[in-house]
Amino acid sequence: MTTFWLLAPIMVIAALGLLFAKKAVHAALCLAVVMISLAILYAVQNAPFLFVVQIIVYTGAIMMLFLFVLMLVGVESSDAVKETIRGQRFVATVIGLIFGITAVLAIGQTVTGSVKGLNAANTNGNPYGLAQLLFGKYVLAFEFTSALLITAAVGAMVLAHKELLVPRQTQAEIAARRMREYAESGRHPGPLPTPGVFARHNAVDTPALLPDGTPLESSIASSIVARGQQRDGFDDDIDKVVEQLDDVEGTDK
Amino acid sequence: MSSYITLSLILFTIGSVGVLVRRNAIVVFMNIELMLNATNLAFVSFSRQSGNLDGQVAAFFVMVVAAAEVVVGLAIIVSIYRTRRSTSVDDASLLKS
Amino acid sequence: MFDLQWLLIAIPLAGAALLLTWGKEADGFGHLIGTFASAASFVLGVVLFVRLLGEDAAHRSHSTDLFTWIQAGRFHVEMSFTYDQLSGLFVLLITGVGTLIHIYSIGYMANDARRRRFFGFLNLFIAAMLTLVLAADYLVMFLGWEGVGLASYLLIGFWQHKESAAAAAKKAFVVNRVGDLGMALAIMLMFAQFGTTAVGAVNAAAPGAAKGVATALGLLLLLGACGKSAQVPLQSWLLDAMEGPTPVSALIHAATMVTAGVYLVVRSHGIFDASETARNAVIVVGLVTLLAGAWIGCAKDDIKKSLAGSTMSQIGYMMLAAGLGPAGYAFAIFHLITHGFFKANLFLGAGSVMHGMDDDVNMRHYGALRKAMPYTFATFALGYLAIIGVPPFAGFWSKDKIIEGAFDHNIWVGLGTLLGAGVTAFYMTRMMMMTYFSEKRWQDDVHPHESPKVMTVPLMVLAAASALGGLLLLGNWIPDWLSPVVGKVPEEDLPISALSISLLALLVVVIGVAAGYLLYGRRPVAAETPADSSVSVFARAGRHELYGNELNDAVVVRPTRHLTRFLVWFDGKGVDGLVTGIADRLGDTSQLLRQPQTGYVRSYALMMFGGAALVLLALLVVTLA
Repeated sequence: MTTFWLLAPIMVIAALGLLFAKKAVHAALCLAVVMISLAILYAVQNAPFLFVVQIIVYTGAIMMLFLFVLMLVGVESSDAVKETIRGQRFVATVIGLIFGITAVLAIGQTVTGSVKGLNAANTNGNPYGLAQLLFGKYVLAFEFTSALLITAAVGAMVLAHKELLVPRQTQAEIAARRMREYAESGRHPGPLPTPGVFARHNAVDTPALLPDGTPLESSIASSIVARGQQRDGFDDDIDKVVEQLDDVEGTDK
Repeated sequence: MSSYITLSLILFTIGSVGVLVRRNAIVVFMNIELMLNATNLAFVSFSRQSGNLDGQVAAFFVMVVAAAEVVVGLAIIVSIYRTRRSTSVDDASLLKS
Repeated sequence: MFDLQWLLIAIPLAGAALLLTWGKEADGFGHLIGTFASAASFVLGVVLFVRLLGEDAAHRSHSTDLFTWIQAGRFHVEMSFTYDQLSGLFVLLITGVGTLIHIYSIGYMANDARRRRFFGFLNLFIAAMLTLVLAADYLVMFLGWEGVGLASYLLIGFWQHKESAAAAAKKAFVVNRVGDLGMALAIMLMFAQFGTTAVGAVNAAAPGAAKGVATALGLLLLLGACGKSAQVPLQSWLLDAMEGPTPVSALIHAATMVTAGVYLVVRSHGIFDASETARNAVIVVGLVTLLAGAWIGCAKDDIKKSLAGSTMSQIGYMMLAAGLGPAGYAFAIFHLITHGFFKANLFLGAGSVMHGMDDDVNMRHYGALRKAMPYTFATFALGYLAIIGVPPFAGFWSKDKIIEGAFDHNIWVGLGTLLGAGVTAFYMTRMMMMTYFSEKRWQDDVHPHESPKVMTVPLMVLAAASALGGLLLLGNWIPDWLSPVVGKVPEEDLPISALSISLLALLVVVIGVAAGYLLYGRRPVAAETPADSSVSVFARAGRHELYGNELNDAVVVRPTRHLTRFLVWFDGKGVDGLVTGIADRLGDTSQLLRQPQTGYVRSYALMMFGGAALVLLALLVVTLA
């Protein structure tokens, strides 16, 4: 029981964290805490098989899936602060409290009778007992779950699959298009110029310099420009470079 | 014994309120997982209470179904995100006109 | 031979069908077809009548069943006709006068583009009227009854381009519907009470029926008769009906159709014999109409309307006579026939005058026409003498008999008829003076001229009939002839001798003529109608047709209009309001239910969760309880 009283507050706090965490990643971490704690509670309650499955399937697979999708969608994406549905949060809280209190009062307190314990059922080991049931009494349901899993997997693939709207262009076609564009609008067919990383700096936010010393905007990735993170003020840069060169020459001499 | 059930109910309630309150679809899904886990706890506890393993089997099936559900659900979220650039459940309110 | 009586109807009906369906090619000779059809019917009528004269007095009724018209359960109607003494006389009157008017119309309507159609309608009328008088079943009679109503409607509104004519036609039709309702109800009552609608069977069964039934039947039939014969209270349409062409006024609204009511009462004598109340009602209606018509006749300047008032009045005489029971039936018919002659004569004469005066009907624009239209004047004068009851002309004999009968019945009724005779003399003298004597008051551009032969010859024939119609009474022929049909005339028991009554009547007539001569013959007549404010109350009331239209308006039209408006309102607010109200409330409720439907998944989930909480609470409550 010690384990329970140790874990129960942690679990409730973690669950509340799921409720209040601003960022989805934090919520996911809280959920992971709850799940691991649950696994421990399973173990305490004579369910070692479920303990393992909980760790592997839930914490291992499902949580990873969650985190993977979170990464895919963007870690930064968080709930908008403003509630769109008027009164939703308040009413949900009230109903939740009513539900919780009633449930605790009605069900939590109505469990009576002595605890039989699983010692008898687990005489041949817990996985053995479970297997007896799964492949005996519940074999049909078990087979159905396999069908369900297959269907789910296929469904997920179908949903995540991206339909090609136009035929994929071959390399020859791309080259021809580039040349055509060059002929029509003068757009350079080759790759964009590289930023001035190797020439005078060690970051991609530095534009390359043209022979006359002016910076070349198109050498920086457009995403950096969009975020306004490109460097500017290059005049002193050149002076700095000259200085550095002088220093090197000085030491050499 | 009833303390396990109470904990399960508390977790379940928190999960359901979370479903109602959170707007990020992924977090909503997490809350659903929380609710499923809460029921699993109850199953396991009842299994111990009654002295047989049927409850654990049920919890096992819940896990399987939850896994399938998460796979499909996340796929849906991804495809919605792909078209809408948003994971807020409130944006998908096409049910009303 | 008498089985051929259906031909009487079929010939003009065929004529009508021919004229109304044949196209423009028939325009040139259509009137000849119409006239021929009518004349053929007349010839057949004469042949049948002569044969009837040659038969034994007890076996002069000849019925023929053409076919079964309606056979439904107990309801059985034969398309049957009866040719007997009464209908024989009517056939002669209708086809005879009708043919004369057909001939007259050839001239009168010569310049009308739709003359062929006019003759078609006339033929239709003749056919319907013959159906009416020959019918041996009340339902067949009703067929003719409606047929003449239709023909009357079509002919009054013949010049439908005139709004007044169209309105008059509608008015006649609508007022007649009221009367027809009475007739229809009477027929239904007959079937309900006697199980048959055959004329003979009903009249035979009527004396055995309950008093109330006979009275109800009599009053309903009287209502029908009032509508068709323009008796008070359904008189208002007749004066407006003068909008129709004058031959129509002469044929339909003077000589024949308007007397159908009298015919109906006489034909249904079995019913009226059985009910004293119904007879009295007929007398009252007749007396009131007699005086009202005469009153209106005095006040109108429109020659046709004045004559229409006179028609009302004369039919009032007939009605009154018919109401006297067996004592009066024969004389009602007698007066009907003589009236048919002289009133047709007068109307056609008026038409002839109008023909020469550019269709002007205002007598104040006439004057001194006896020189311009000698034939018209002469024939009109004969009709005049006949109507006012100067011996030995037809009107004297027939009217005198009615006055006698009235005195026999009741002294006050007798005095009423006497007064009517005096007033008749007055307004007819007024008409004569204003039209043919006094000074010229012609409008500019009017050049009176005598009408063509085709119009004057019928006038002459009718004038001769007006003059000689009294011969029918020779040797008490008419009552004897009709007695198998309507019963024997009982012995009179007069308070004063018949001769003194005749002399009294003559005296009254002389007074009337003298008054008319003094007021209109000796003094100059104003060329324009004096304003309402400058004439006496009596004249004003007469001009307004005794406020009959206003009365109808107040009693029927306005309440109906209010009722209609109320119904429209009720339909709009009540019925529609209920329906749309329910729809609106449903819409409101839906709007209310729509509020929670935000489209947000989370609101739905919240509701679901709330439901779950409720279920849980309920469980708790149940467990605790």
